[in-house]
Amino acid sequence: MYKFVLAFRFLLKRRISYFSVFAVALCVFVVFVVMTVLSGLTADFKKKTHLWSGDCVVSTKSLVGFSYYEEFMEVLQKEKEIEAVSAVIKSYAIVKSVPGGNSSVYIDRTLEVIGIEPASYSKVTGFSEWLKYTTGRIQNSFEQSYDVNLPGCIIGIGFLFERDTNGNYIMPEQMPQIKVDVSCFPLTAKGALARAGTAVVSSKIFALSDVAQTGISSDWKSVYLPFEQAQLLCGMTGELKRANALFMKFTDGVGLNAGCSKVQFLWDQFMEDKKDLRQSELLKNVKVQSWKVYNRDMVAVAETQQALMIIVFAMMGVITVFIVFVVFYMIVSHKSKDIGILKSVGISNGNIMLLFLIFAFLIGALGSSIGAVGGWQFLLHINQIEDWLFEHFDFQLWDRELYAIGDIPNSIDWRVLVTIILSAVSACLIGAFLPSRQAGRLQPVETLRVSKL
Amino acid sequence: MSNSYILKTEGIYKSYRMGTAKVSVLRGVDLAVKKGEFLAVIGASGSGKSTLLHILGALDKPGSGTVSFNGRNVSQFSSRQLNKFRNKDVGFVFQFYHLFDELNILENVYLPAMAGSSIIGWLGMRNRAKKRARTLLERFGLSERLRHKPYQLSGGERQRVAIARALMNEPEVLLADEPTGNLDQHTGNDILRVFGEINKAGQTIIMVTHDQRIAERANRIVRLAEGKITNVKG
Repeated sequence: MYKFVLAFRFLLKRRISYFSVFAVALCVFVVFVVMTVLSGLTADFKKKTHLWSGDCVVSTKSLVGFSYYEEFMEVLQKEKEIEAVSAVIKSYAIVKSVPGGNSSVYIDRTLEVIGIEPASYSKVTGFSEWLKYTTGRIQNSFEQSYDVNLPGCIIGIGFLFERDTNGNYIMPEQMPQIKVDVSCFPLTAKGALARAGTAVVSSKIFALSDVAQTGISSDWKSVYLPFEQAQLLCGMTGELKRANALFMKFTDGVGLNAGCSKVQFLWDQFMEDKKDLRQSELLKNVKVQSWKVYNRDMVAVAETQQALMIIVFAMMGVITVFIVFVVFYMIVSHKSKDIGILKSVGISNGNIMLLFLIFAFLIGALGSSIGAVGGWQFLLHINQIEDWLFEHFDFQLWDRELYAIGDIPNSIDWRVLVTIILSAVSACLIGAFLPSRQAGRLQPVETLRVSKL
Repeated sequence: MSNSYILKTEGIYKSYRMGTAKVSVLRGVDLAVKKGEFLAVIGASGSGKSTLLHILGALDKPGSGTVSFNGRNVSQFSSRQLNKFRNKDVGFVFQFYHLFDELNILENVYLPAMAGSSIIGWLGMRNRAKKRARTLLERFGLSERLRHKPYQLSGGERQRVAIARALMNEPEVLLADEPTGNLDQHTGNDILRVFGEINKAGQTIIMVTHDQRIAERANRIVRLAEGKITNVKG
């Protein structure tokens, strides 16, 4: 009992205890706030990337694509693990504005062409949430009313609109009427230009039917076309139609690895069945990948940031241990007389050590509680604080005109918070361990000798 | 024969190393203290009085020789038995009081009782312990000071609190190391009067001092010189 009483009194009565509580609180506050914000950003980015390609992708990097995709889709659709599949054309095109619209926006760029079938694509990806103007059925997202003779297209929102300082796109109420000429280089199954010798480019004019906001780089580099139109422009029609990718979504409860393994198994069987058929060599370039692997160029950056963040915080943990070590070393030095008294009334070495460890625990618990409550309140108001700073000092953490960030993420993960608190308390105990052991081993006669006082 | 003494030392040797030199402080100390005795150990500064007291109270170990408490060899005590011995059987009074500034007077006094019991044990005995601490403080004229902190008290008052703390667990022996060394003559006499009273009530006291006049208040005086004990009075 005396251990708790004395540890509590040491905490209350010693100014140096307040410094260590403050140090722990500050560390917990910083780690909690930064971790929440950066984890939020990473999680948000991963979610958007996941929504962009579904759970699993069967694809080839070759612009030629691969045949028999429809048959494999039928195979996949029979499996209970697969909820939906959508074939996708992926290629590149020169996209250029043509007269006839009502918008002053001028486009003349090379873009990634994504040929999709809206109904199935929206079941696999977040397509229905990306569209800004489509109000009716998603199947009609390529329909537009200002030139019914032209097929519709959907362009990444970043081409057309600017962002305000809050990161929101400044969009007119009515969708701008824009017509674009999309020119592709159609390829044969062998990879040659399909119309070599005559016109090497397939061109078609499309009318803008909507804009898409995926929240990732696709907003600045992609144009979505109806699947058949994209297939035609890329030379993938004919007797053996081709596609570049199959995006799929797994049934709820199917794990990513288990689902991908199943698809890989089916694909291997399918390839074996088709090995003697025409264009079967194209199947060899096809890979079955989870969304994380398929988007690794983007996901790896986020995961590297996350790993760096963990390293930085581990270093902070080491700093906390060191701070507590120094503070406790000083406390034990100042308390040597008290340790002598405690030993003179029969308190054991182990209990002296335990007393200082309880003291360290109280510092850790109090410091991390203060840091956690402070961090929680700060995160709760982080966007208001940033707005205020921007209003009064023109300061913004991330320039929303440059970065695809809306509000600063402040969703609190209680597991993360508990982990931080436990780590802080552990850091205090680790930091206090050696000084506490030293306290336990102090010889009472050394500390109580008159010359030492 | 040995059982008639509450504390007895035989052939106690103790030396310290000072740099490369070895300084022998105690060179075969033989001392026997009877129950209820008030013994004063006098000697010049640096003669080893405090070292002897610390060895008697098991705060230090002799280089050789034995210390017996009620016929039991203290050097053969386990760590647990040593802690119990310091907690229950002896009480220390130091020259500089050594009170906890973080605790009030009452808490300082019942600290040994709290230290000697588990949490559950303490919950069961705390009312009794507090009552005993209050009684001791009242006996020493400190009933108005229970909630004060040590730094709010005079030197004499602090030493009386230290005596109350030392007596808290009703130890068989009270060990006092220059208890008046930090006090003026009047206050020192006051403390010695307290020692006289508790000794009359049966308390065994061993007090070390360098002052012959203070030692005269004891029933028996021994001198520690050149590491050995010689009888002076009693």
